Amino acid sequence: MADAAIVVEGLGKRFGPVLALDGVDLQLPAGSVLGLLGPNGAGKTTTVRILATLLKPDRGRARVAGFDVAEDPQAVRRRIGLSGQYAAVDPFLTGTENLVMIGRLYGLARRQARQRAGELTERLGLAGAAGRLVRTYSGGMRRRLDVAASLLAAPPVLFLDEPTTGLDPRGRLALWQVLSDLTAQGTSVLLTTQYIEEAERLAGTIVIIDHGQVIASGTPGQLRARAGGDRLDLQSPPGQDPRQLAAALAALGTGEPAIDEEAGRVVLPVADGPGILPEVAGRLAAAGLQVSGLALRRPTLEEAFLAFTGQPPGRIQPEASGSPAAGAQPARTARSPR
Amino acid sequence: MTTAAGTAVPLGRHVATVASIATITGRNLRRLLRVPTLLVFATVQPVLFVLLFTYAFSGAIHAPGTARYIDYLLPGIVVLAIGFGASQTGVAIAEDLTTGMIDRFRSLPITAAAVLAGRVAADALRNLFVVGLMIAAGAAIGFRFHAGPAAALAAVALAVAAGLAFSWLNLALGLAVRDPESAGLAGLFPVIILFFTSSALVPVATMPGWLQAFAKANPITVITDALRVLCLGGPTIRPAIEATAWIAALLAVTVPAAITGYRHATST
Repeated sequence: MADAAIVVEGLGKRFGPVLALDGVDLQLPAGSVLGLLGPNGAGKTTTVRILATLLKPDRGRARVAGFDVAEDPQAVRRRIGLSGQYAAVDPFLTGTENLVMIGRLYGLARRQARQRAGELTERLGLAGAAGRLVRTYSGGMRRRLDVAASLLAAPPVLFLDEPTTGLDPRGRLALWQVLSDLTAQGTSVLLTTQYIEEAERLAGTIVIIDHGQVIASGTPGQLRARAGGDRLDLQSPPGQDPRQLAAALAALGTGEPAIDEEAGRVVLPVADGPGILPEVAGRLAAAGLQVSGLALRRPTLEEAFLAFTGQPPGRIQPEASGSPAAGAQPARTARSPR
Repeated sequence: MTTAAGTAVPLGRHVATVASIATITGRNLRRLLRVPTLLVFATVQPVLFVLLFTYAFSGAIHAPGTARYIDYLLPGIVVLAIGFGASQTGVAIAEDLTTGMIDRFRSLPITAAAVLAGRVAADALRNLFVVGLMIAAGAAIGFRFHAGPAAALAAVALAVAAGLAFSWLNLALGLAVRDPESAGLAGLFPVIILFFTSSALVPVATMPGWLQAFAKANPITVITDALRVLCLGGPTIRPAIEATAWIAALLAVTVPAAITGYRHATST
């Protein structure tokens, strides 16, 4: 308990008819990274906003850096940095002016705030643009400046709400590097994302939420195992029935293959990763089948949801089960009959 | 719990409110100089008001007891310029809301009032400049103070004090309507209605009877009349008390409304 950066118990929040959070529990040990993974509207941002003292929960408790967010919000605010979904920076100030302003509001002396602003613009690859008005920045540069602002006071707990949205690959790598440096220095990070790869890459613990409920949580390895391992993605050449591919390889899978007949595509969950490839090649040759494309990859968020809940994300209606929404959107990948 | 990372923030020490107000004031003054619309509102528009109203109305209206119409007019259009300028404050706070700036400020260890007070302080400095500019423009076409330097200074102070009430009103409106365009309209609408039903352009006695009662209680009438006696001379105690009471009453409503709005403000 003393070493927990974030402890959340039974958090609930309702906005009118929408139950945004329905009893969420989380635990983040100090110095680690928790990835909150889920589709749009899952409750990720609401969770972050409650933990950053912007919203009051309807029920449940949350402690951040040892302080209750509802009872002692000022103590929490002294110990957190927040980078929200929008780049919250003033376009009519320069990059440096934005950061110095935030530093001063955290209570840093002017000289100290300037020094931190210089360090952070350097680290986030904005040194050359620091003296320019933010109005002239690209979306990715604003995003990085926003992250720099959240780091200004070197807070022990950091909240990043979809921090890599809108970043180009280079900006994304730079941000990932900054995050791993921070955690090496003992900063605790809660980040939200819609991308499994990002959560796996950055987070020691992943919590998957949907409709305000925790669907699954664990280390990336545990979740991968529970999601049926990797995915073998096969493309059948024109004129060949993809069901033949599925039939030839089904015994290698940890679950049933998904067949998209129209696209000629077969996706099979497999446990052994690359180790399985010689066996795949052998079976295809023995059956006299061709593939025009073959990939071994991590499951997508949608596939992981399917594995955990039997339904794609956004389909589970905790309050109104059996709602017509379940049949409203035809699934792109039909499940095999057997 | 403290970790090695949490060294830069002076933990446990109260972050000084005055310093945070000054920081927010500095931000808003910088914006004032850099955003073209704001600069026009603070410079060109007040001068245009002085010139347009003076030349458009001075032939038609005979103000009682004053040699020149501009001596009668200037106090009213100073109030108008300040009221119009304050609508930008509602627009700005609604913009801060939609861009997530308020979320960021609310996640920082500063009091709710600091962000709002910093905005109002910047407005007050802008209004001081606007009033000075309008007096200078007015003086160039004949305006003069007739009640001495102390009364002149009191007039400037009263105009800036009225500006505080307009600023807090627009903060409360901007945080209530939550979108910049609506905030601009919500701020301008009451000023336009109250201005044209006040003593700012014409004496209340020239209005139809049913309008006179409203015009006499109208805060723009009360504030304009107090400014007028401070500029032109005459018994000052009663108008000054009435104007101060109106400003105090407006602040008593708008300050808590704005702070409550800010505490519940969210970007979504």
